[in-house]
Amino acid sequence: MFYRETGQFKTSYGADQQIFPIRQDRIAIGLLLVFAFFVVPAVATQYWFSAILIPFLIFSLAALGLNILTGYAGQLSLGSAAFMAVGAFGAYNFILRVPEIPAILAFLMGGVCAAGVGILFGLPSLRIKGFYLAVATLAAQFFVVWALTKFGWFSNYSSSGVISSQDFSVFGFAIDSPVRKYLLTLSIVAIMGLLAKNMARSNTGRSWMAVRDMDVAAEVIGIPLMKTKLLAFAVSSFYCGVAGALVAYCYLGTVEPDYFTLDLSFRILFMVIIGGVGTILGSFFGAAFIVLLPIFLNIVLHPLFAILGIEISSAVVSNMELMVFGGLIIFFLAVEPHGLARLWQIGKEKLRIWPFPH
Amino acid sequence: MAFFFEVLIGGLLSGVMYSLVALGFVLIYKASGVFNFAQGAMVYFAALTFAGIIDMGVPIPLAFLGAFVVMIALGVATERIVLRPLVNQPQITLFMATIGLTFFVEGLAQIAWGASTRRIDLGIQDEPIPWILDNMNMVVSSFDLTAAAIAGVLVAVLAAFFQYTKIGRALRAVADDHQAALSIGIPLQHIWGIIWSVAGFVALVAGMLWGARNGAQFALTFVALKALPVLILGGFTSVLGAIVGGLIIGSTEKLAEVFIGPMVGGGIENWFPYVLALFFLLVRPEGLFGEKHIDRV
Amino acid sequence: MSERKIGEVILDLQNISLRFGGVKALTDISFDVREHEVRAIIGPNGAGKSSMLNVINGVYHPQEGTIIFRGEKRHEMEANAAAKAGFARTFQNIALFKGMSVLDNLMTGRNLKIKTNFIQQALWWGPARKEELEQRRKVEEVIDFLEIEHIRKTPVGRLPYGLQKRVELGRALAAEPQILLLDEPMAGMNVEEKQDMCRFILDVNDQFGTTIVLIEHDMGVVMDISDRVVVLDYGKKIGDGTPDEVRNNEEVIKAYLGTQH
Repeated sequence: MFYRETGQFKTSYGADQQIFPIRQDRIAIGLLLVFAFFVVPAVATQYWFSAILIPFLIFSLAALGLNILTGYAGQLSLGSAAFMAVGAFGAYNFILRVPEIPAILAFLMGGVCAAGVGILFGLPSLRIKGFYLAVATLAAQFFVVWALTKFGWFSNYSSSGVISSQDFSVFGFAIDSPVRKYLLTLSIVAIMGLLAKNMARSNTGRSWMAVRDMDVAAEVIGIPLMKTKLLAFAVSSFYCGVAGALVAYCYLGTVEPDYFTLDLSFRILFMVIIGGVGTILGSFFGAAFIVLLPIFLNIVLHPLFAILGIEISSAVVSNMELMVFGGLIIFFLAVEPHGLARLWQIGKEKLRIWPFPH
Repeated sequence: MAFFFEVLIGGLLSGVMYSLVALGFVLIYKASGVFNFAQGAMVYFAALTFAGIIDMGVPIPLAFLGAFVVMIALGVATERIVLRPLVNQPQITLFMATIGLTFFVEGLAQIAWGASTRRIDLGIQDEPIPWILDNMNMVVSSFDLTAAAIAGVLVAVLAAFFQYTKIGRALRAVADDHQAALSIGIPLQHIWGIIWSVAGFVALVAGMLWGARNGAQFALTFVALKALPVLILGGFTSVLGAIVGGLIIGSTEKLAEVFIGPMVGGGIENWFPYVLALFFLLVRPEGLFGEKHIDRV
Repeated sequence: MSERKIGEVILDLQNISLRFGGVKALTDISFDVREHEVRAIIGPNGAGKSSMLNVINGVYHPQEGTIIFRGEKRHEMEANAAAKAGFARTFQNIALFKGMSVLDNLMTGRNLKIKTNFIQQALWWGPARKEELEQRRKVEEVIDFLEIEHIRKTPVGRLPYGLQKRVELGRALAAEPQILLLDEPMAGMNVEEKQDMCRFILDVNDQFGTTIVLIEHDMGVVMDISDRVVVLDYGKKIGDGTPDEVRNNEEVIKAYLGTQH
């Protein structure tokens, strides 16, 4: 009953083009942000920050990046993890080699490096489509990880390419506790999420979707294919790159090239598929789902099998996780290709007219 | 020079393996338009199953039969559960579904047989062939040669199967045009079930040979991924292309590793095929033997 | 209608030949288009009509021939350049962006008018926001004109065929084109929808002075609304002139109209 838009009339195109045209939605998102910024830091435990909240936020950002490329611009990529790696090692080297560089700037520069690599490996998209392109991004995946491992310069000649994040501070605050890392990550993700939404609803996003839906028609109405596709690669890789930098500096602390495997790329792709291809909100849903699922399975499976009197090893649990991931992907593609975001939307539609069925 | 040829021949022989995996991709792609990313996982699954059955003390031919039955079951189940609900979806959706399938099959394989490496002993010697060693001063493994011969026989059998049997004709009809095939009464889903089983069989042979060489282990899935650049080179729809592409990839990656690798620190085998395929795509997107595609408006 | 002033030749196609491998799609075709006129291309199936349109706005590149547009002579058009030069078109098999709403589809039609870059748009700040609202206003005019206010926010994939055709026309109109190329705008429509579409086409021509080149199979419609007609058969031009001239052209009657009249 409380979720009604009756009486909310749009008197200008500006009002009609808001991100949240319904007043209740605006209030809800405001409350959510207040909760995330002020309540969570006060109540969450160390475990929540470092095992759930921070990875959730970081992977949301990476999924957002892939969603821009795959969901909006329609270019399938299996190399997201490689672009994250470039971001992580880029940020590390900027902090290492540029004296007095602000950490935030170094993260962004890491993103810029990733964008450059993204453009390079996006060039084939001008000639090829679909899974042909997927193979091109596989090249990025394997090449980048190899290069970061082989050339010691990238990791300042540490053994096997491991980098350890330096201490850093932002606006005078040393980012040294889980709470502060969480708040920094949250701020970056919130801002970049907003920017992504703005791109998606303006000419940039429309051009991406036009290229995705029908490239010939897009070209005929004057959308430059090359520029549009490469921009998608650049922006997407930038998002992944910043996410990678955050993995190194706010999540793991020490990280090696082998962390950014093909498997991670797949997981990010799964976040996009399960969350909702071509939606900003879906990236967050998908990341939450993929981060929480293993934790959930771990909690549920052990007692479940204990009831049946079977002892299961953690290896079996992690294999079951693989099967559940795979099964869910197939399920979502077959049943709800627009993912959780679509389910959320349907739920909202229902709520608008509740308690009436139509 | 002898060394060069030795590397080349070693590469060609390992290329035969890539061809085998690529063949599985081509079969399914031709018949159902699905780019089956899970082919590598199927190879792994087949190898583990085969090795697992042998480890129970079953003789090799029976174990092969048993593993084949399991692969048929897997193929038919895939067609039923994964592909049927996704009929008429865009190719890219099907592709992503097979990535999901990859995860599922990998998980299943390791739950069923454990994640540790299993040895497969087919009783084939892995030693330099003395005659070649004596006369040409090159090391060519007898195992590699036998494996290549088996792969060659398999390809010939498949080609004959497609060309001369009734099912083969139906398969080619389906590959040409689904709707036309349906309209003359070819049972589409039945055919798809068969083609997935054949792909399972090819995966089993590849898994068996590869497993005998390097052990049935998870790394097989990565090696199998190399079939992707093979397909780009050879074209997605050509059996001949899969074979030639496999040989090219196998030989160039070995040559690159041995002759270019040392200059950049080695290990370039892992990405070289992809980058090669990438450059190839820019020149000839339809592959060596693929059909040229004209966009119509 | 009679006040409409047909102007000079703005588009002149000379000796266009187009081949796909060994197949000759167009052979040595020449005709021109005058400013503000409605020019129809007719011909039996496979005559090369769509190919002709594709040559005009640069989707296909002819092997031989010259295209002169507003005095500028070129061997072939490029699709992007054609859009910039003021060409807009619709397709025989609707080429809308299926995943987007009607409004967004029309907004893409205005992409060439947008000057802000992606960073400004990401910040949604000052000029970007102003520009977006300005384009929205223009698009709303088109929505008004085509009477599709009620489906503004509907994803185009969900619309019935006739409405999709109308939206596609809208996307072309949103670009404020100088020349509008319509590939069978009335194919598969019922009588009512056809009447609506005719009205829209004539109104566009009348109110905005847009030059129109269209392909159509419905002879009644073609003869009614076009100023001049060019007839193709097997990739060759067999007739060119006013509807009356074409109707009485021996070769055209033989090849095409024959039994119908």
